[in-house]
Amino acid sequence: MQKDFRLEWRQRAALNGMLLYVSSTVFVCYLSFSSRGGQLPAPAWNALFWIVLLFSAVNAVAKGFLQESRGRMLYYYTVVRPQAVILAKMAYNAVLLLGLALVAFGLYAVVLGNPVQNVPLFVGNVLLGAVGFASTLTLVSGIAAKATNSSTLMAVLGFPLMVPMLLLLIKVSKNALDGLEFEASRSSLLTLVALNMIVGAVSYLLFPFLWRS
Amino acid sequence: MKKNWWKALSVVLLLYVAAAGLLLPVPRLAILNETIRNLYFHVPMWFGMTFILAASVYYSVRYLRTPTPELDIKAHEAARTGILMGFVGLATGSIWARFTWGQWWTNDPKLNGAAIAMLIYGAYLVLRSSFTDDQQRARISAIYNVFAFAVAMPLFYILPRLTDSLHPGAGATRPSPSTTWIATCASCSTRPLSAGRCWPFGWPSSPAAFLCSN
Repeated sequence: MQKDFRLEWRQRAALNGMLLYVSSTVFVCYLSFSSRGGQLPAPAWNALFWIVLLFSAVNAVAKGFLQESRGRMLYYYTVVRPQAVILAKMAYNAVLLLGLALVAFGLYAVVLGNPVQNVPLFVGNVLLGAVGFASTLTLVSGIAAKATNSSTLMAVLGFPLMVPMLLLLIKVSKNALDGLEFEASRSSLLTLVALNMIVGAVSYLLFPFLWRS
Repeated sequence: MKKNWWKALSVVLLLYVAAAGLLLPVPRLAILNETIRNLYFHVPMWFGMTFILAASVYYSVRYLRTPTPELDIKAHEAARTGILMGFVGLATGSIWARFTWGQWWTNDPKLNGAAIAMLIYGAYLVLRSSFTDDQQRARISAIYNVFAFAVAMPLFYILPRLTDSLHPGAGATRPSPSTTWIATCASCSTRPLSAGRCWPFGWPSSPAAFLCSN
């Protein structure tokens, strides 16, 4: 499992590309709103932030399975259990998305201002979001990689599946923006954790079937 | 005929429901008026959809254990029926909302959740159509079906209960056993989103009251 994680880490050629993707998206947002002096009302700030994260997550995770060569898949198949593969991929994607999200948050705060009043809650929320996106999208990218028109399918399958999470994430991060106490968003956070666990468990159970074909 | 008697029975029952739902006497309530008849059509759609989608997942799981084309066909057709019921449920709900809440579409968590769930299942149909190999299509759409069910059901039954909703059983509007949910709807529509206070009020007993009493 650890070895698998390291294998994933080695082929991180796309990482720089993703960083550039995120920063250029944030910069485009900044330029489009610069007519207002670069200041956004908090709800718009929040919505834009999660949209940026959504698109970069789909792009980042899509690479996971689509870029694997057939030979390497066959090699993994002989060496490790499928459960190890999906766990390693999910963990790798979660770390990747968390890194991307934090970079995006930093850049975003620099160019568009930082209205977040409860930063620890916001970062914790981003962490849960990264884990949730990773576990949803890893299985989806595995499914999409098997089909013929993978890149369209990735978006079509991925976006609706991420919406339940996204609704909760946006709600919690709105609480963090307004500086509400932790109590106000506890039930949402718990639901988010539960949702992550459901998605993770279902991916874990289903992946062996996907792997075999 | 001997083998298919239940099909004929269901046709007769459905015809009866359509006629009786539109013609038989219903309770008179402010705001709802005659639209209360929609209860016969709108609510069963969602129950039916949930059961049929659950059946579809059941067949998908069985397919993953023992792959036979028959199980795949059953899962696929059940999912299609469920999706059709979902869309009809959305349509009847939209009409109902127009005449009680005043808009075709309100920003209600249950409505949005249902619409997103329909998108998730629409993706299931797209996924199915993008394979050429039969066996692979069956296997992968079975996987997606299970996954989609696990994600879509919280949208219907968990998330709307966390926030205020015009629908019954949500947030602060959780009705007491004596409160019928139509009463909740009626009082909510006079004061949207402030419906911590819903008055239970009785009505003449009827099939509708039986259907919707909590």
